[in-house]
Amino acid sequence: MNTTTRTRRWAAAAVAAAVGLGLAACSSGGGSDDAATSGSGGGNAKASCTNKITKPDATKVTVWAWYPSFEAVVDQFNAAHDDVQICWTNAGQGADEYNKFTTAIQAGKGAPDVIMLESEVLPTYETLKGLEDLTKYGASQDLAAKYTEGSWKDVTSGSSIYAIPVDGGPMGMLYRKDIFDKYKVKVPTTWDEFATAAQQLKDAGFKGTITDFPTNGNALLYALQAQAGWTPFTYDASNPTKIGINVDTPESEKVIDYWNGLVGKGLVAHEDAFGTDYNTNLVDGTYAVYLAAAWGPGYLQGLSGADKDAKWVAAPMPQWDTANPVQVNWGGSTFAVTTQAKDKKAAAEVAMGIFDNDAAWKIGIDKAALFPQFKSVLESTEFKDKKYPFFDGQQINKDVFLAAAQGYSGFQFSPFQVYAYDQQTQALHDMISKKQSAADTLKGLQDKLVKYAQGQGYTVSQ
Amino acid sequence: MTVTSPTRAPSSPARRAPARSKPSLLDARRQRWGWLFVAPFLIVFVTFLVVPLCYAFWLSLHNKGLATGGKSLFVGLDNYTRAFTDPEFLHGLLRVAGFVLVMVPIQIGFALLIALVLDTLTSKLSRASRLLIFMPYAVPAMIGALMWGFLYSPKFGPAQDIFGLFGLTAPDFLSSNLVFASLVNVVTWQWVGYYMIIIYSALRAVDPALYEAATLDGASPWQTAWRIKIPMVVSSLVMITIFSIIGTLQFFTEPTILRGVAQGSISASYTPNMYAYALAFSYNQFNYASAIAFALGVVVFIGSYVFLFATRKQNGLK
Repeated sequence: MNTTTRTRRWAAAAVAAAVGLGLAACSSGGGSDDAATSGSGGGNAKASCTNKITKPDATKVTVWAWYPSFEAVVDQFNAAHDDVQICWTNAGQGADEYNKFTTAIQAGKGAPDVIMLESEVLPTYETLKGLEDLTKYGASQDLAAKYTEGSWKDVTSGSSIYAIPVDGGPMGMLYRKDIFDKYKVKVPTTWDEFATAAQQLKDAGFKGTITDFPTNGNALLYALQAQAGWTPFTYDASNPTKIGINVDTPESEKVIDYWNGLVGKGLVAHEDAFGTDYNTNLVDGTYAVYLAAAWGPGYLQGLSGADKDAKWVAAPMPQWDTANPVQVNWGGSTFAVTTQAKDKKAAAEVAMGIFDNDAAWKIGIDKAALFPQFKSVLESTEFKDKKYPFFDGQQINKDVFLAAAQGYSGFQFSPFQVYAYDQQTQALHDMISKKQSAADTLKGLQDKLVKYAQGQGYTVSQ
Repeated sequence: MTVTSPTRAPSSPARRAPARSKPSLLDARRQRWGWLFVAPFLIVFVTFLVVPLCYAFWLSLHNKGLATGGKSLFVGLDNYTRAFTDPEFLHGLLRVAGFVLVMVPIQIGFALLIALVLDTLTSKLSRASRLLIFMPYAVPAMIGALMWGFLYSPKFGPAQDIFGLFGLTAPDFLSSNLVFASLVNVVTWQWVGYYMIIIYSALRAVDPALYEAATLDGASPWQTAWRIKIPMVVSSLVMITIFSIIGTLQFFTEPTILRGVAQGSISASYTPNMYAYALAFSYNQFNYASAIAFALGVVVFIGSYVFLFATRKQNGLK
């Protein structure tokens, strides 16, 4: 079985051809989406974008964002501006994007010019010196008048402005009218009534629970505690080595004890949030109430397995004291300019300009189900009177979310918020599975966070 | 009819092999070609493994507190002291040690048993079985873990239906009590096939004359397996055990994926590798993360060395 020299030569030629083709294919892959390669695009001339750039000579500003239907907003901005063009990529949602941003900050390069950040992680990136103070690039405190009070407070630290608010998550209570009607239970307006309703539903034979208390709720649980007056962190980016930590207070104890009690009696479930089980339970009637942010309805509409006879109604959040209602917020995002931005003035222009007009918000509200913090859109009659088909035509903004957004007064997060959330999840999970008291759980959490902050070099006041 | 025992050929002074100090021209040229062929791998290896390792070690000797911001201060072995006194790291270490003690015997035991059985069978069924048992290894670890996540889900998994047949309620596989066993299950399902193939090939290399001799001496199949087959493949067994130990001590993929559906039961520091990942990418502490990673490496090294020393008679290494 000897191969002749001639056969061997043919085989070698075939292999060489195959390798050559392979290499050629590899090298030609990058050119297809480069609509603009020539011209003075500034430092970002070679950046590849998901959207098409129509004015190749303008300064390109790279943007990372994960808003749904965002490409339409980008195209609209690019059409309206001649001096700057947005080059957008979706670098992942939430933690995926944050991990990339953190790595880029550590590496010193790779971050975009403008980045979408949820307000809860702004202190983290302010500490890491990843964000530019926009007051140096054209932003002024006059901008505060354009946005709601709470959202503006979240993006400023002292006299510096670190981001521009985009959307928010004022909270309300979405409940299943058909379930409450079927079991003849009154819809609660206070937390005491909520506990009573939970018991009544169970007694009347409802197979599910009134709602879910997810230990990994993160920002949702922060909002619930904040509603009782909880202010866990005091931090100012201009004084970065000082931090105040007060997680273990009578306010948080009241809230956690309340939920611990309901879970202990089996009146409330404790499924982890955002998993497939939880998502299905939300829409198929296992939970009668969804304590939701304004983006909640959009979220519900995207889930499968929904109950066909569901009748959802939006109502204000239950209150601890109806005489002094407290509005809270869950989520909400902003645009910030990174310290690695190539042309900071252009980047600031983009950050301030993307969502500051009606056209952009028309897309944002209709297609992406965003809740604007931009006052002129938020308080417009069109938005106020908007009827939502998911709620059988209810004007949920007028009824619930507008007041919630206007009443929100901001919230201070910690500069190590991911760590704080992980510790909260762990502590609450242990509380429920090991049947501990809320007081002990919160004390343990306080100790852990203080120890961590001190280990990181902060001067901690309690 | 003389039987000559092999002895060393007498060497006369004139026939002594030339001293090795000066390689001949041919050797030098061959060596250069050798290096040329190794070069592509060596470049990639150094760039993507050695350089990052050195950088990570350098990082672990410095510290950049979140509060102190910009400057990286040299702190020597402080990070390592902190690592070895960090309760989260130590708990994680204990946990992976527990996994090793439980998972490795189960995996090796199953693999050995299946290999022995398949070695005895010679029907077409044996070839099909080999393929079926090996297939889970071909499933990428992430996909496998995601799939098991759904199988364990109270709503979407089959557990409730199966337990319902007997009138019982299915346990919550992802609760803190059962998540350990659930993870053992996932990894065993994935790796038994791989280890089984290795033992099986070792068994195939055994001279069948030994089995004939054993049968002639009156050994039952069980005794053949226990006293002949297993001792013949013991060096392969030691090899796959060390692979299994090293892999288990670095447990990362399956707990990370299942953490998506069991965030309370599986904490961010469930295993030391997960802790290092969370420290670096979620909590922005790259220095301490590098120290944790190297500390884990030290533990793995010590563990492997101890194991190989304990099995030095059987492991086939000189």
